[in-house]
Amino acid sequence: MSFLNNVITGVSLGSIYAIIALGYTMVYGIAKMLNFAHGDVIMVGAYVCFFAMGSFHLPPVAGVVLAVLVCTVLGMAIERLAYKPLRAAPSLAVLITAIGVSYFLQNSAQLLWGAATKVFTPIVGTSGNSSLELIPGQLSISYVAVLSIVCCIVVMVGLTLFTGQTKLGKAMRACSEDKGAAQLMGIDVNATISMTFAIGSALAALAGVLMCSAYPTLSPTTGSLPGIKAFTAAVFGGIGSVPGALLGGILLGVIEIFAGAYVSTDLSDAVVFAVLIIVLLVRPAGLLGRYVPEKV
Amino acid sequence: MKKINKNARSGFLNYGIVTAAFAAIQILLLVQKQVRVTLVSNTLQSLLVPACCYIVMAVSLNLTVGVLGELSLGHAGFMSLGAFSGIVASFLLADAVPFVPLRLALSMVVGAVFGALGGVIVGVPVLRLQGDYLAIVTLAFGQIIKNIIMVLYVGVDGKGFHVALSSDRFNLEPDGTAIIKGPMGAVGVQKLASFTAGFVLILITLLVVQNLVNSRSGRAIMALRDNRIAAESVGINTTKYKLMAFVTSAALAGAAGALFGLNYSSTVAAKFDFNTSILVLVFVVLGGLGSIRGSIIAAALLYVLPELLRQFDIAEYRMLIYAVVLILVMLATNNDRLKALVGRVIPGRKGAAANG
Amino acid sequence: MKKKNLAALLLAGALCFGLLAGCSNGGGGNGGENSGAVTIKVGGIGPTTGDNAQYGTATEWGAEIAVEEINALNGPVKFDFKYEDDTGVADTAVAAYNSLKDWAKDAPLVIYGCTTTGPCVTVSAETYNDRYFQLTPSASSPEVVAGKDNVFQMCFTDPYLGTAGAEYLKNNGLGTKYGIIYNNGDSYSTGIAEAFIAKTKELGMDLVATQTYPDDKNTDYTVQLNACKDAGADVVFLPIYYTPASLILAQAKQMSYAPLFIGGDGMDGMLDMDGFDKSLAEGLLLMTPFSAGAEDERTKSFVEKYQEAHNILPNQFAADGYDCMYAIYEACCEIEGLADMDSAALCDALAAKFGSGTFKVDGLTGKGMTWKDTGEIDKSPLIFKVENGAYVDAQ
Repeated sequence: MSFLNNVITGVSLGSIYAIIALGYTMVYGIAKMLNFAHGDVIMVGAYVCFFAMGSFHLPPVAGVVLAVLVCTVLGMAIERLAYKPLRAAPSLAVLITAIGVSYFLQNSAQLLWGAATKVFTPIVGTSGNSSLELIPGQLSISYVAVLSIVCCIVVMVGLTLFTGQTKLGKAMRACSEDKGAAQLMGIDVNATISMTFAIGSALAALAGVLMCSAYPTLSPTTGSLPGIKAFTAAVFGGIGSVPGALLGGILLGVIEIFAGAYVSTDLSDAVVFAVLIIVLLVRPAGLLGRYVPEKV
Repeated sequence: MKKINKNARSGFLNYGIVTAAFAAIQILLLVQKQVRVTLVSNTLQSLLVPACCYIVMAVSLNLTVGVLGELSLGHAGFMSLGAFSGIVASFLLADAVPFVPLRLALSMVVGAVFGALGGVIVGVPVLRLQGDYLAIVTLAFGQIIKNIIMVLYVGVDGKGFHVALSSDRFNLEPDGTAIIKGPMGAVGVQKLASFTAGFVLILITLLVVQNLVNSRSGRAIMALRDNRIAAESVGINTTKYKLMAFVTSAALAGAAGALFGLNYSSTVAAKFDFNTSILVLVFVVLGGLGSIRGSIIAAALLYVLPELLRQFDIAEYRMLIYAVVLILVMLATNNDRLKALVGRVIPGRKGAAANG
Repeated sequence: MKKKNLAALLLAGALCFGLLAGCSNGGGGNGGENSGAVTIKVGGIGPTTGDNAQYGTATEWGAEIAVEEINALNGPVKFDFKYEDDTGVADTAVAAYNSLKDWAKDAPLVIYGCTTTGPCVTVSAETYNDRYFQLTPSASSPEVVAGKDNVFQMCFTDPYLGTAGAEYLKNNGLGTKYGIIYNNGDSYSTGIAEAFIAKTKELGMDLVATQTYPDDKNTDYTVQLNACKDAGADVVFLPIYYTPASLILAQAKQMSYAPLFIGGDGMDGMLDMDGFDKSLAEGLLLMTPFSAGAEDERTKSFVEKYQEAHNILPNQFAADGYDCMYAIYEACCEIEGLADMDSAALCDALAAKFGSGTFKVDGLTGKGMTWKDTGEIDKSPLIFKVENGAYVDAQ
């Protein structure tokens, strides 16, 4: 039974990594940049929701919507001010800028909201029982976990449909394939990239709220470790691939829990990353990534 | 022929700059002792050795990122290997080699060997990965090293040398001494590092890296960076040359780590985390990919900058300012109009930038 | 080519200028009405940015309040206080320490800090060589003071708390099977845990689950809790900081696991976290020297001032910081010939005073606190139980 419990915990942790990883992978797919500030957008989203619910007593749904809106605007602003001027620059220059943005967000958050840890009120399951009993007394799943998994699947299906079916989504795919050709076809590349950042940041806000509902502590550096983990998850699944991010996120969560439960809690991080290395050695482009052999 | 001369001249200039900076600081320190006027503040004196370590880190990472063209996010892992192996070596050699500079040198060699070993262990299997996949594996490697050293216990007693991965399996006799104590890290380290040692290490690093870059192997490595397929088609052994650059880089990072570890009385594994790797990467990118001189200057300036910001009364904004400076510098250096302006003021700048 | 050299030289010049720029900027004067007062510079070090910022800022703010009060006393000693950020990293702490030395110039300087253990061990080796007196509010490892006559602690040492925890459980007959969850990447947590484990063995207590996690940024503790639950532990010892502990309590509740939880002084502050559901901590035992809800005048006034200035309740870190300032002040007042002392002389005088065993200080974290000559403090932990969202004495 503890095995099943571990599976449930792993999947719910993984689904949060997956939502973050989806944002990562979208941005990577089109802008070909590792957006290290993504984790800190998560933190901002969680803070916005925290204050909306705590200080302004808005209902949870309004808090989430507000967080998503603020992060969408923030994401677009970051893209416009910090990344757009570097579109022609080498990718490492953009990487360093992203790191600068990450430091900037963390330190601004500390100046604005203080360094003290805040405790987030979960958006669901606060009244009375917080978890759903599957087998009474033995197997249970929290409502937050259910919500995370549902959100994760909805987001993935939504993104798949969006990129596959809508005009904007097709424009995004075209841009990620070849920006020059896309421009010649009449696609507004800048607007498309800006939109991708908006979607990625909106997902980050959602992930922030879900993550802080599941693990309710919030501080200016809350986003950094999940940011790295989600980056790992995105690469694990094949960076740039939407189903890959989902698979990578969930597997990472499960491996992390299993490594702690069955190998050693001392070395759980080492085990997680060792598995990652082995997977990449067998599948150099990640689990679902497309390996594109270079043509001469 | 002319090209090679130019490279050699540029290389000599690097030795010159480093030597001049070293001499200038030494003279200032000497004058300061004589006339009791503060010329080099305590803060700066304490930054000299770590700045040397970070310069070596930056130059060695530049070999991987700038010359080989592969992004590495785990350079601090090699530094960590070097730091802890160097500390253990200096402890074990304490009686055998009483002469401090020699003991320091030997410890740095041990650090370099362990760094290189780490480089081989990571390099052999993963160098066939490319781009961001290689980056994530180096990141993972850095995390694994950090995690393992955090639970590592090393000590010596009458029965010999003990290594364990948890405190309850670490059975040291009461008369023994623990050198590395898990999360406490290495404590009670005898400080051997000196600014002169840092200077010598930078010179050795320059010697190794510049000779490698300007050699036949170096040209092969750069050919791999510029066009792997073309390079392979003329018979360049990808794995061999990639590994050569990667392992050299790791070994130098190990030596820098040993010097760093021996500059403080205690060192913890958590110091060598992802943030430290990123910090060094920032030096390399700001200094200019492939530009060794750029790495030296950027590492020195940027390592010292946050500490110098202390004397202005901006305590809580210090790190915020650092972040803004980072973003603005990246935006400014990649601004086409600004580049054109610089190009007009300093003609010939553009062409020379690649092989500093 | 020539122009390029010029540019390089300019950069090198800028570098040298940067090196020289460190020399400017002098220290402050010693103002104040009491013209006979001696001004001592107190330089604090702790993380005010980064992961441990909440602990560093607490020690900074607690000390600031004490310094204000002390300077308003118009006594024989005044403090000039400056706090430097070490971001929780040892080499930055050494740089911070050196910048404090630059700030003090030749004026007598006392080092207050560091907040966290790792940087403190490194800096204490430096102060030992340079002969500055150092008092840390919260770096609790024995390594901090080991072999250094100039370094003293305001907080309990880790082994002391671990031993005290095991003894308390045994003496009060609490629990039959014991579990422990600690952060094996943190020296504070590991230090307490190792002493606790050793003591349980000695006392013949049945320790059924020893669980670790690698980092306080860890979010999921269900694996560790499940292991304790499956082993049947009815008391779980949590020698960790309050942030991860609050997650553990929430997750334990979620899996309907309700053992008796007991924590150390790092647990203080949990109830005051913004938004914390206090019912989660119901029944929690904690060993801490300080309670913000204490009724005595001094604590009340401190809590009021702290809240007014920073809008949050002070925790044990802030209280330890406050006590540090008063300890230094009272020791300085008892030293003769203070006016003529430089840092090294002051260091020896203060170390002799603190190490004498007869020097007593009353503070927020204890009455009649004394120090051993090793540098460790002698005060007893208060054991509190959380009832209805407040501390209740459980001695």
